[in-house]
Amino acid sequence: MPLRFAVVVFPGTWSDHDTQYALSGVLGQEADLVWHRERDLSRYDVVVLPGGFSYGDYLRAGAIGRFSPVMEAVAAHAEVGKPLIGICNGFQLLCEAHLLPGALMRNDSLQYRCVWVHMRVENAETPFTLACQPGQVLRIPISHGEGRYVADEETLAELESSGRVAFRYCSAEGEVTAEANPNGSMNDIAGIINDGGNVLGLMPHPERACEPLMGSEDGLALWLSLLEWAKVRA
Amino acid sequence: MYLARVYVTLKPTVNDPQGLTIRGALHSLGFADVESVRAGKYLEVSLAAKSRAQAEKQLAEMCRKLLANPVIEDYRFELEELVST
Repeated sequence: MPLRFAVVVFPGTWSDHDTQYALSGVLGQEADLVWHRERDLSRYDVVVLPGGFSYGDYLRAGAIGRFSPVMEAVAAHAEVGKPLIGICNGFQLLCEAHLLPGALMRNDSLQYRCVWVHMRVENAETPFTLACQPGQVLRIPISHGEGRYVADEETLAELESSGRVAFRYCSAEGEVTAEANPNGSMNDIAGIINDGGNVLGLMPHPERACEPLMGSEDGLALWLSLLEWAKVRA
Repeated sequence: MYLARVYVTLKPTVNDPQGLTIRGALHSLGFADVESVRAGKYLEVSLAAKSRAQAEKQLAEMCRKLLANPVIEDYRFELEELVST
């Protein structure tokens, strides 16, 4: 049975159709676009908050979208342990909503960066990385102006010691270097999970690396992990 | 009617590449005395609260919930009563 994905659409979301295409077009899963006024997501197995600029990123990225009616249902979905992914603006929304710790600030370059990056799988035991090898390097595009992950020292130490850094920016060879970090994120963090392990936020766009034509298929690893996770649980 | 002037500033520990870049620009304009610049946000909120105390209470809640992100920012505000003419 295919998994049912909710791809949440806010005013200003732009990666909703890319995500839907990756999930249903490439992987044959059920993927509904769900407007941000929806209040019930209980029929879905996985919720995705895709990339974009909810509410124009006014005030701070994700600051206003996080009060959309759907966000209570998103929190309820996470509360019962179902997988929730925030990609790019979705990651910003999850941090603003305190479903993930820390914040995403203006890139240290002050530039909008739309480039291919590499990220290393730091924890291959999450529902989002089961199909990966520990240390595997994925080539995935980023597209953001505010992706610099920031958290206080205590939070960073907690994330590091509990395996909650899911992905870290690295070189093509898997080395974590200052040059490989596209935005100045603390500890070169590209993605983190919550303490329950069922909520992932990441800046790179796995939905945009799902077919050879897109330039990479490495993004499939995340979605295939979720399918495997669902199979193991069933 | 009250007018609140809200200042949202970065916490001292948070790196501010915008401020650093502005400082660099000021240096290149010849303002050699500039030691540091921190960029923040300024908002004006007018509200029809019944009393100053109520306005303050609402403002604090607005700042906590939306106007500032407590993870990276501090806030303060000044409140002025507007006398209608």
